[in-house]
Order: sequence, then structure tokens, then C-alpha cells
Amino acid sequence: MYAQMVKSTGKGVKTLDEMEPEERAFQEKVDADIRIEPRDWMPEGYRKTLIRQIGQHAHSEIVGQLPEGNWITRAPTLERKMILLAKVQDEAGHGLYLYCAAETLGVSRDEMTEMLLSGKMKYSSIFNYPTLTWADIGAVGWLVDGAAIMNQVPLQRTSYGPYSRAMVRICKEESFHQRQGYDIMMKMAQGSEAQKRMAQDALNRFWYPSLMMFGPSDANSVHSEQSMAWKIKINSNDELRQKFVDQTVPQAEYLGLTVPDDTLAWNEDKGGYDFAEPDWDEFFDVLKGAGPVNHDRLEARRKAWDDGAWVREGLLAHAEKKRSAKVAAE
Amino acid sequence: MADAKFEALLRLGDNALILGHRVSEWCGHAPVLEEDIALANTALDLLGQTNLWLEYAGEVEGKGRSADDLAFLRDAWDFRNVLLVELPNGDFGQTIMRQYLFDQFNLLNLRALTESKDTRIAEIAEKAAKEAAYHVERSRGTVVGLGDGTQESHARMQEALNLLYPYALELFITDEVDDEMAEAGVFPDPKSLEDAYLVAVAATLQEATLDLPEAHFGHRGSGKDGRMHTEHLGHILTQMQWLQRAYPGQTW
Repeated sequence: MYAQMVKSTGKGVKTLDEMEPEERAFQEKVDADIRIEPRDWMPEGYRKTLIRQIGQHAHSEIVGQLPEGNWITRAPTLERKMILLAKVQDEAGHGLYLYCAAETLGVSRDEMTEMLLSGKMKYSSIFNYPTLTWADIGAVGWLVDGAAIMNQVPLQRTSYGPYSRAMVRICKEESFHQRQGYDIMMKMAQGSEAQKRMAQDALNRFWYPSLMMFGPSDANSVHSEQSMAWKIKINSNDELRQKFVDQTVPQAEYLGLTVPDDTLAWNEDKGGYDFAEPDWDEFFDVLKGAGPVNHDRLEARRKAWDDGAWVREGLLAHAEKKRSAKVAAE
Repeated sequence: MADAKFEALLRLGDNALILGHRVSEWCGHAPVLEEDIALANTALDLLGQTNLWLEYAGEVEGKGRSADDLAFLRDAWDFRNVLLVELPNGDFGQTIMRQYLFDQFNLLNLRALTESKDTRIAEIAEKAAKEAAYHVERSRGTVVGLGDGTQESHARMQEALNLLYPYALELFITDEVDDEMAEAGVFPDPKSLEDAYLVAVAATLQEATLDLPEAHFGHRGSGKDGRMHTEHLGHILTQMQWLQRAYPGQTW
């Protein structure tokens, strides 16, 4: 999941009877799985929550280029380099679709970027962890994209039309990303001792941060309850985390790697694994800025934005000149 | 003949490889999202071209070296790229000016190569020329936009041009490899592309309101015959080849 801890109204969910007619009509559409489109009436809380959620997702795609970009110049073969470049290019494209979806809610891409850089908007905690070896690029594709897909597949059915359509396009590409990540892990896990060690080390470092991607248990969260009523969140965090663990553990076994959790055990009754929760204190610390590379990530984005100001201004000025020349000629 | 063809193919492959490497350094750091996407796309195309040229170079050499062997296991003195492509990215203006100066040459060269008597070269060139046509359109458009943008963007683009233009002219310095390949009808004589190149560049610069530097000379680097490179190439290779060197002979 690329959106964590998205704040909703902070109030409980209203019943249909408590709603004004407009809101009631809106909620009835959502309940009937009719998509909400940009010109439709929507509650202010719905609009604001969606901006936070889509924005966080968009920012995650953009910041998410950095840990992978970190290895493009060092990728071990020409083919791996090309696959990685194509993947990072896709991610920038996903960012673009998502910013466009958010723009239909009345906030510009530049405004959202400023909010990211000032720390007002967040991106997924996972990107505050570094990619230290080539196996990390495999782990990011396998685990991080794997966790993202878990959440994004249901979001294809989300209530907001532009968001849902962006998600359909994104999901098609994400499953390719996950496969290439797993393929890297296969090569490493079947390779030399050093490669195996890198693969296990990558799993050790990325396992718990990947579990954190779904956010803390949302059993008691008013935010989640409201978002689920609006169908901008389809499954609970715990449901998705369980699904992710159940899918991933056999894949790790197939690779001959050990999931770094001594308590991990198949639970016949629930038909899923019992597993250890990640360290939620670490999660909150990382969200606040204490992850190993929070500073580097934001600094890289700030530098790109500040250093690029003259380029954006230059291209804008040129477009203006051309437009006035055209008007003058007419 | 085989030796000259091997050399000439390395020149094509190494130019694409080293420039692709430089452009890929931008990933996640471009001034605007659309540029991030476009730069990644350009790097991807260049690396695709690298793969095709170096694979063929390895076959022509006949020593069983793959494209990866050539990319990751040669040292600086065996690289045959021009100095232009190994220069650091600088600011975005310098990157895009370097890109345009190379793209314009690459397009003319590839179009001429589609007529090569070597059908394998002609086929690769056919595919690559389509990509290069798109690259020129994009880098040219950006050079014009920034040259004729604000005062600041104009000044930065002029500075980039002044720095890079002499390096670009190295593309037209010819040697015995070029002569042999031109005579055999396998590669065009670089000199034969120079006029068309200068006309195209002049038109672009005029539209971009930039002045062509007065000094018309090519830097005596001659990266293309491997006698000289800048100090930057070694650093590119330490990064690019690191995994292959540290863990030799592995499957990735």
C-alpha cells in the first residue's frame, strides 16, 4: 500500500438517515457501486481524504524512483539495466496518472509537490529504507511491489472514477514489476554463496518494512471506517497484510530463503499464517523522519525541484512567447 | 577488414552505452516529471542500441565475447566513445544540449547506415534511426524552448553550447578505420555527414536564439580511437562495472 495513515474526517460514519439529501444521494450511489465523477457533488471530507490518499500514492511513486534509480548505473547486465530503467520509467508514469487524478479534485501538481517538500504530505514509509545491494532491487520488486499490488487490485473498484481508472492502468504494469523482482531473487538465491547471502540479507531488511506498508491495525480507526464507507478503502489493513504474508511465505520457501520471523507458523484453523507484527514504534519514528534515508530522499526531491525551477520557467516563457506570436499573427 | 569493422561497431556501441549511462543518472532527479519519463526513455533506447551494436561487435571479433563482456569487462583504454558523451551531466541545460548535439549526429549517421552493405548493420540502423528521430525531435524542442525562454535559461544554454560544441566536432574527425569502412561501403565517412549536421544545428540554434561559438575545431581527444579520454570515463566504469568486477562470472 502506498498510502498509510490517511486521515479522514475524524468523525464517525453517519447513517443515511443522519445525512442531508445531497449527501444521502451521494452515499447511495457509492453503495450501489456507481462511480463518482469530478463534476458530481461530493462531501468535502471525501474530496479532502481522496486528495491526501491519491497525493500520498503519487508522491510514493515519485520518491520510489530513488531507491531503484540508485542501482540503474550499477545494474550487473545490460538487460537488467534496461528492465530496471523501464520499471522506474513506469513509476514516473504512475505518478503522472495519479497527479492527474488528484487534479480533478481541485489541487494542482505543483501544489501537491510543494506539500510533499514541506513535509505536509507524506509518501510511503518503505522508501525511507535504503537499497544496499543488488538483491535489494529484487526484494523491492518482489516484496514492495507485491505489497502495493495487494492494495491496488481492490482499489480498481474504488468509488472515485479517475482514481479507479488510474489504478486499472497501474495494476497492469505492477504485476510485471513484481515478476521481474522475483526473477532477480531467483537468480541470486540460486547463485554463489555471496549472492545467496545478499538475497537473505535483503529479505531480512525488507520483510518488516514491507509489512508496515499496510499501516497499523485499523480495527479501531475512525478514519478507516469512514474511508471504507466511501469505498476509497476496500479492505482493512490487517486483511491485506494477512493476504500478503500468505502469498509471500511460500515464495520465500521456494527460493530457499528464511523469513526473519521465529514465530511464523501455519494456522490450520484460520487457513493462514500466524506471524509477528512489525515494530510499530519504528514505523511511527520513520513516518516522523527518523528512517535511515528520510533526509536523503526529501533532499533529493527538493534539489530536483529547486535546481529545475529555471527549466520550468524557461519552457513556460517560451510557450507564452509562441502563444502571443500566434495571437499576433491572427 | 574484420578489425576495422569491430572498431567501428565499438564506436557506435560505446557512444550509446556511455551516453545512456549518463542520461540514466538523471532518474528521479529531473526538473519536471515529464522530463524524468523522457530521459529514462532516451536512456532505455540508447542501451537497447548498445546491446545490438556490441553483440554484433563481439560476433565480428570472433573471440566469443558477449555484449555484456564488452560493456562490463573492458577498461578505459579499450573504450571507443567520443569525449562528448562521457562529460558529466552538469545542469539540465548541459545535459539536453549534449543530447541534442549527439542526437543530431546519431540520426544522420544511422540513416546513412541503413544503406550499409552489411545487412545486419543496415537492419539495426533501421530500428535505431526511428528512435533517434524521436530523440532529435525532443532534444531539439527543449534546446529551442530553453534557448528562447527566460534570460536565465538562455544564458545557461549558451554556456552549455560554448562548452560542448568543440566536443561535438570530434564526431567528424576521421581516421584509417573510417576510411576503410567507407571504402567498403559498410559505414559512411563521418566527413560526409558534417555539412548536413552543421546546417541542421545552425537552424536549431537560430530558432533557439543562440550563437554558434566562433572557434570551429574539434577537441583533439580522439576517444573514438581510444588514444585519449577525459578523466570522467574511468569513474563511469568503476560504477557501471562494479558488480561484474567484484563478483566475476556470476549469473544475474
